[in-house]
Amino acid sequence: MNNLLEIKNLYLEAFYEEQWQPIVHNISLDLKRGEVLGLIGESGAGKSTIGLAAMGYARQGCRIASGSINLDGKELFGASQEDLRVVRGSKISYVAQSAAASFNPAHRVIKQYSEAPVHHGLMNHAEAEKEAVEIYRRLFLPNPEKIGYRYPHELSGGQLQRAMVAMAMSCHPEIIVFDEPTTALDVTTQIEVLAAVKEITEKMNKAALYITHDLAVVAQVAHRIMVLRNGRLVEINETRELIKNPKEKYTRELLNVRSLRENKTIHEKMDVILDIKDVAATYTGYDNVVEDIDLTVRKGRTVALVGESGSGKSTVAKIITGLLPAINGSIKFLGKELPRKLKDRKKDDLRKMQMIYQMPDTALNPRQTVRQVIGRPLEFYFGIRGKKAEDRIRELLVDIELDPDHYIGRLTTELSGGEKQRICIARALAAEPELIICDEVTSALDQLVAEGILDLLQDLQNKTDMAYLFITHDLATVKAIADKIVIMLQGKIVEQGEKKEILSPPHHEYTDKLLASVPEMDPDWLDNLLEKRASTFI
Amino acid sequence: MKNVLMLIFKRCGASLITIFIISLIIFIGVEMLPGDVAETVLGQGATPETVEQFRKALKLDLPPHIRYGAWLNDFVHGDFGNSLANGRPVAGLIGWRLGNTLFLALSTAMIAIPLALILGMIAAFYRNTFFDKLISTTTLSFISFPEFFIAYILISLLSVKFNIFPSLAVIDPEMGLGSRIYAIVLPSLTLTFVVTAHMMRQTRAAIINVLASAYIEMAEIKGIRRLRIIALHAFPNSLSPVINVIAVNMAYLIVGVVIVEVVFVYPGLGQLLVDSVAKRDLPVVQASGLVFSVVYIFLNLAADILSMLSNPRLRQSQI
Repeated sequence: MNNLLEIKNLYLEAFYEEQWQPIVHNISLDLKRGEVLGLIGESGAGKSTIGLAAMGYARQGCRIASGSINLDGKELFGASQEDLRVVRGSKISYVAQSAAASFNPAHRVIKQYSEAPVHHGLMNHAEAEKEAVEIYRRLFLPNPEKIGYRYPHELSGGQLQRAMVAMAMSCHPEIIVFDEPTTALDVTTQIEVLAAVKEITEKMNKAALYITHDLAVVAQVAHRIMVLRNGRLVEINETRELIKNPKEKYTRELLNVRSLRENKTIHEKMDVILDIKDVAATYTGYDNVVEDIDLTVRKGRTVALVGESGSGKSTVAKIITGLLPAINGSIKFLGKELPRKLKDRKKDDLRKMQMIYQMPDTALNPRQTVRQVIGRPLEFYFGIRGKKAEDRIRELLVDIELDPDHYIGRLTTELSGGEKQRICIARALAAEPELIICDEVTSALDQLVAEGILDLLQDLQNKTDMAYLFITHDLATVKAIADKIVIMLQGKIVEQGEKKEILSPPHHEYTDKLLASVPEMDPDWLDNLLEKRASTFI
Repeated sequence: MKNVLMLIFKRCGASLITIFIISLIIFIGVEMLPGDVAETVLGQGATPETVEQFRKALKLDLPPHIRYGAWLNDFVHGDFGNSLANGRPVAGLIGWRLGNTLFLALSTAMIAIPLALILGMIAAFYRNTFFDKLISTTTLSFISFPEFFIAYILISLLSVKFNIFPSLAVIDPEMGLGSRIYAIVLPSLTLTFVVTAHMMRQTRAAIINVLASAYIEMAEIKGIRRLRIIALHAFPNSLSPVINVIAVNMAYLIVGVVIVEVVFVYPGLGQLLVDSVAKRDLPVVQASGLVFSVVYIFLNLAADILSMLSNPRLRQSQI
């Protein structure tokens, strides 16, 4: 037997509504040395649960109901806690989705690295730390000798994620489970982590489970891909085969989401809705976070504001809405100058500019019903109440493609992420705005759900001729919906123009790097990119 | 590090201001007490002239704000004035008793704090088991009894029935450390029972709160033993709420133990305060009130600074 891991007929259950209910149904998989198996699906597909079950671990409130988990000849299902503890970390390890949350804030990064090997009795602290430095260097962490002695909060997200990959390797495990290791990262950092994953599995002859919701990402590292939905297997195949000939409809849907939409042209004479010139702002009072921001948004068009985290794109939204008053420059909205501060602005100006946020969970009051959420702007801006409000709320629900009878009385907490985001859109629509600022509105959602939201926004724009300012770090979204693209780096705009202008060469150097970093659905994409990079470095 | 020093500096400044405000409140409060010191001290038979003279001697005839200024000035210079009841300097009166109070509080804390932390960790470790419930029930029962009740039970058991420890915690300045400790075993034990539950439950709750974090799951997945996870991964991250509860309990041990002092006839500051209020010995009341406030504020300040230092993020914060 040369399978490192064999899972057979695995069933997992979760405890909710007072009883144990199945969440993963009859999953079997195997993993050979040197192989990477990709697990892909939307949230709720059971990917992480299966990944953890491979370590004999079930989260609080979950349990492994039946099946067999054979790790290198050792059965983990039904093994004692102590036996499992010995295996975990040393034979099989785990890279969590959020490195920032998974590092203990009270201990230095390198101490957390050396903890497992020392605890498992494999080496002493000094040896472990020496190896850590070596691995940090291999994963291109800056300043590898010293970086480990920092606390987790002193590292950036991308650095922490790589430090976590290093930590997973600390005991030289046979298998590493990667659970969405790049989801929280910028595209440029994502490449470093993907390259690290490839290096570990290929050069060190280890095996890996790679869990993600992004097919383009998993296509770069996995030899085989397993598509999951609602805890059930959809299909499993060799990566190239799966991409070329998907058998199931669901797989095809996942493959199709990155298609481009028709272009809308921008004419010089179209009404300018928002025109900001030479705007700068500061949080500290002496250091500008953004500077020299010039931006126009025209009626019925979508401007995408793109940049990595920390580039200042959300700050621009705060300046436009007045939450962070600009220190110089002008903000013209619908032809007239807006006061810089939010509290100096008129109610009608506020109404015409609405926002939709990244986290629909926190943007909605959990104690309110859908009726109250959408009814509030109706009453606040237009004084509509009672029967008239009820009719308008129903109309709006129809606009966002939710059945009014079914949804109007529900609490916001009873909705799914995508439904919540739709309610946020309806709330913005209720004010009948001219401009909606969308701040990373799809990044907290699953791929297909996000696709639905983008579709909806597009339809609404066609119907009402609203303008959107779309803030995002996801270039796939940009390609899908933008008419004009503005690229930001370190608080400044580096390039802006119509979509086809920006997306076709020649690019600004940074735009080029950003575009080149977006994974394509081609399994050779990462290899080609790394090769190209290596050759340019030499 | 510079930021932390700045922050600590600011907190100290805020504490000084608080103490100043409290000194005002104490002074005004004492001013508003009904009755007149001179008349009380001299008794019913005093002639108006003697009362007038007495008032003059004590500077009670001056307007309040001048007396307040003088009092505060003296207090800052360590001169707490003289007792009205017996004319002895207040500083000496309070000094010895404050020492006794601190001695009792610290001895209790040295048993109660480690005990509470360890019990809290064990309870979190055995969460929702019989053992956890046993610890919770026991400590909660002790917190629910009045202190004097626990004190009398202990006396009747350990000193009347078995005669191991003295029922009266009488100490004097000449006693050695050993015999002093022996004398305060029962009051100390009583107080331990009273304060442990609170601290232990906070420790348990704070740890259990942290146990839901992603980094605890990570530690489990790394194959770390449960006990190590609780002590080294969860506990350091739950320090901040625990430190605050410890500070509140320490303050209680110093400021709020009058009843236990009375039961065991222990010469602490609380008993002095109560006696002085009864005797209208205002300088003593004011001085001990202010000493209590300073102790209380100092403990809270220490808790703030410690919980700040226990968190690496705050240690290097940009505030």
